[in-house]
Amino acid sequence: MDSLSVPPPVRRIVVDREPTVVDPPAGGNGYAPPPGSLAPVIRRPEPSAGPKVERMRTHEVSVFYGGLEAVKQVTIPVRMGEVLALIGPSGCGKTTLLRTLNRLVELTPTASRGGVISLDGGDVDALEVTDLRRRVSMVFQQPNPFPMSVFDNVAYALRQQGAKRPGKDELMPYVQDALQRAGLWSEVVDKLDHPALRLSGGQQQRLCIARSLAARPEVLLLDEPCSALDPRSTQIIEDLILTLREEVAVVIVTHNMQQALRIADYVGFMFLGELVEYGPAEQVFGHPREQRTREYVSGAFG
Amino acid sequence: MAGLPAAAGTPRAGAAKLGTWSDHRVERVLGAVACIVLLLVAGMVVFVFVRAWPSFADNGLAWFGSGGNVDQQLIDIFNSPADPDSYVLTLRAWPLLYGTFLTTAGAVFFGLTFALFSAIFIVEFAPERLRKVLEPVVRLLAAVPSVVYGLIGILVIVPWVNGLISQERKESVAYVVQLTGTNISVAVLILTIMITPIMIAIIVDALRAVPRSWTEGAAALGVNRWRVMWTISVRTARPAIVAALVLATARALGEAIMLSMVSGSAGFAPNPIDGITFFFEPTRPLAATIVDNAEGLSVVPLGQTLYAFAAVLLVSSMFLSLGGFLAKQPMRKYGIRP
Amino acid sequence: MTTASATAPRDSPSKWPLIDRLGLGMAWAAGIMLCLIAGAIVVYMLVKGLQELNVDLLTSHPQPSLDQSKTGGFLDPMIGTLILTVMGTLIAVPLGVATAIWLAEYGRPAGLARAVESGVEMVAGTPSIVLAIFGLLIFQESLFAAFSFTAEGGAVYGRSFLAASAMMSLIALPLVVGATREALQSIPSHIREASYALGKTKAATIRRVLVPAIRPGIATGATLGMGRIAGDTAIVVILLGATLQLQGIDALEPFGTLRGTGSTLTSYVYVNSPAGEGNAPEKAYAAAFVLLAIVIALNFTVDWLARRGKEGSAWTR
Repeated sequence: MDSLSVPPPVRRIVVDREPTVVDPPAGGNGYAPPPGSLAPVIRRPEPSAGPKVERMRTHEVSVFYGGLEAVKQVTIPVRMGEVLALIGPSGCGKTTLLRTLNRLVELTPTASRGGVISLDGGDVDALEVTDLRRRVSMVFQQPNPFPMSVFDNVAYALRQQGAKRPGKDELMPYVQDALQRAGLWSEVVDKLDHPALRLSGGQQQRLCIARSLAARPEVLLLDEPCSALDPRSTQIIEDLILTLREEVAVVIVTHNMQQALRIADYVGFMFLGELVEYGPAEQVFGHPREQRTREYVSGAFG
Repeated sequence: MAGLPAAAGTPRAGAAKLGTWSDHRVERVLGAVACIVLLLVAGMVVFVFVRAWPSFADNGLAWFGSGGNVDQQLIDIFNSPADPDSYVLTLRAWPLLYGTFLTTAGAVFFGLTFALFSAIFIVEFAPERLRKVLEPVVRLLAAVPSVVYGLIGILVIVPWVNGLISQERKESVAYVVQLTGTNISVAVLILTIMITPIMIAIIVDALRAVPRSWTEGAAALGVNRWRVMWTISVRTARPAIVAALVLATARALGEAIMLSMVSGSAGFAPNPIDGITFFFEPTRPLAATIVDNAEGLSVVPLGQTLYAFAAVLLVSSMFLSLGGFLAKQPMRKYGIRP
Repeated sequence: MTTASATAPRDSPSKWPLIDRLGLGMAWAAGIMLCLIAGAIVVYMLVKGLQELNVDLLTSHPQPSLDQSKTGGFLDPMIGTLILTVMGTLIAVPLGVATAIWLAEYGRPAGLARAVESGVEMVAGTPSIVLAIFGLLIFQESLFAAFSFTAEGGAVYGRSFLAASAMMSLIALPLVVGATREALQSIPSHIREASYALGKTKAATIRRVLVPAIRPGIATGATLGMGRIAGDTAIVVILLGATLQLQGIDALEPFGTLRGTGSTLTSYVYVNSPAGEGNAPEKAYAAAFVLLAIVIALNFTVDWLARRGKEGSAWTR
């Protein structure tokens, strides 16, 4: 074990005498965790049942903003039934990588991309980008409900798909389903016509999740979804993510390592655009292979 | 102990220093100036209505109706005897009102459609280099004085349109009205061109002000560019569109000089039943009528009639502002801030 | 491995539903029509104006002759435009700034403030022709005989530069009020609070802190107002007496000129077009070109002021 997880020696100090080293009390002293263990207060999630189908994979993907290489040749798989957490310090490229998965980087004029991304085996570039974004949905850091009613927000993606505008009755079951899967139905069942902007922050974020789920995506991308929320809303959303991972592949970007510990099955650590380490959460946090991962995970830098 | 400084925000009563006015006094003075402005405006409304009253009183509600040749009526009013008891005030203003309505409604309808789609083009679909040229040009066009538009209209468009009207058509209606290049179509055309640039500028600003989180969020849901623009940006810009509409309508209603140059100098109500000829019939909206008859203002009954026109214009612009305000209210509910 | 490649095909409209393609088509159609019309106007005025313009026109007085196309220039109308613009703005700016400050900083009682706001909006929406005949209404009263001249027989003429400037100031007023209010609202409250915390009265704060900070905003409003005044024709036609040359009256200068009549570039264009009496379209084009140049120059000034204002007021952020 490296020096950071070994506590300093315990010394008995008596007035007018030299301090002497004694053995640490057995069983831990109730304050510091026993050396070599993960912080015991964080409960690791149960792995989900069912097969882990690989949904998306990036092959040597690089993203350039003008001349600057923001993401350097990253290869990473995304599987259904798992939560993949991307961690790393600010500016390491994790958000850029996330936005590449649904080709949202293209909205930035100076961005260009190298490498291949595959969705269910097919190249993402061969699809219509609107098609891709319906199958790979994104929730943003700041909740951004549209200035419409709750119902219209959730039904938005469904309404804008085709030439004909489906009626409210037709859409109701889908809207209800999405809101239930997002855990918001019981709170808004009588407020469907209210303006969405009147909901609380946590409710708005769950509304955004419901909105993304309405079109039944295969992959759900979450960009630091809880960073603007209070702890109670954060907990609700984290429980929600653990439920959702059975049906969709979830990729979550977070700068909060404890959150990654709470909900991630697999973790990818990025630094300065490179994917430094990728593996199961226990392994990346417990016994990381790379020196830089070890330093980040133990808080040497952030 | 020397006087302690007054607490923040409280006026120093009776500041004795030379050149320093107390808060109270400054507030009074500034308030008085503001009240002068208010009194001026109120005075304007009152005076115009007072002067206009005899014209309305003499005709009653028939003032707004039709009957007879309004131009002839104006001449009769101008020629009425000097004796106040026998002033001629008979007027049936319907042709003028109808002409005003047609030109304003036509220009605003075409202008708003044109402006909205142009604004969408400029914000979303125009190539970068084109956009850099187009935007300043639009803002410049919004500043061009109306007399210049009138000049181009009367020297270029009118002769061209005149050539379009066949001789038979002119003869067929010569007993009622002269068909020349100055007619309602040219009026609507140039009025549209005149009011569109400012609408484009306002709508472009509003479309750009839509928060990126909304447009990005919509794009991330797999909605195509046109749909994002139409269902999110244009929807959020609705209060600005209403504001642009009100502004443009006010300008169209009040446009006197350009319209007096190109709309034809006949107080005639163009009749859609006439078919194609309808587009070539002359008319003269209210504001243009005031300008054309302004020399006769010193003749009292004519002055009263012209003030009556002004009163109608004033009331219309008041209703317009009110309408615009009311139209924006429901949009506040969903978080679209005007 | 692979170098940066161009991004894959974007959202291609060929796959969109029909109604979306229709919308896209209309946007493109509107854009192209806009280019054509704007281009036509710009090019035409440029060509015609430069064709007809020469130095003589700018420096010689208009001659009252039957054949306008042969004689005289438009020096007097240019002076007329200058006088009206300057005087109109001189009246509008103090009135407008005072009103805006009162509305933004005081505004009590609330009902009065709302009334004043509505009043200013009302003026903004009033057609200039209505303002013009209202002006005539006022200035023809014998009370205001000092503003123009009185003909024999006691009738007050009512038309003069003073009368026209007074009404022109009403046109510029809402613009000045609007720009000043915006500038005041963009100053964050901590600036005012800092001044109060130092013991300054509200009046002193306004005078020493706020007014210097909003100078760019006031300048913007004043320039916008100048642009509108320079371009207005209705008030000129009705309130300025429509004499080609500046006809001052027998009195102390400058009051002699100001109480007299004249014309401006706008009325000159109007009168020389087929709608007026003159049949000198060439002169009308030349005058219109000069007028456009003035208005465009004023617009550039507004943009420049706005940019400078942003840098100058950076300390308030």
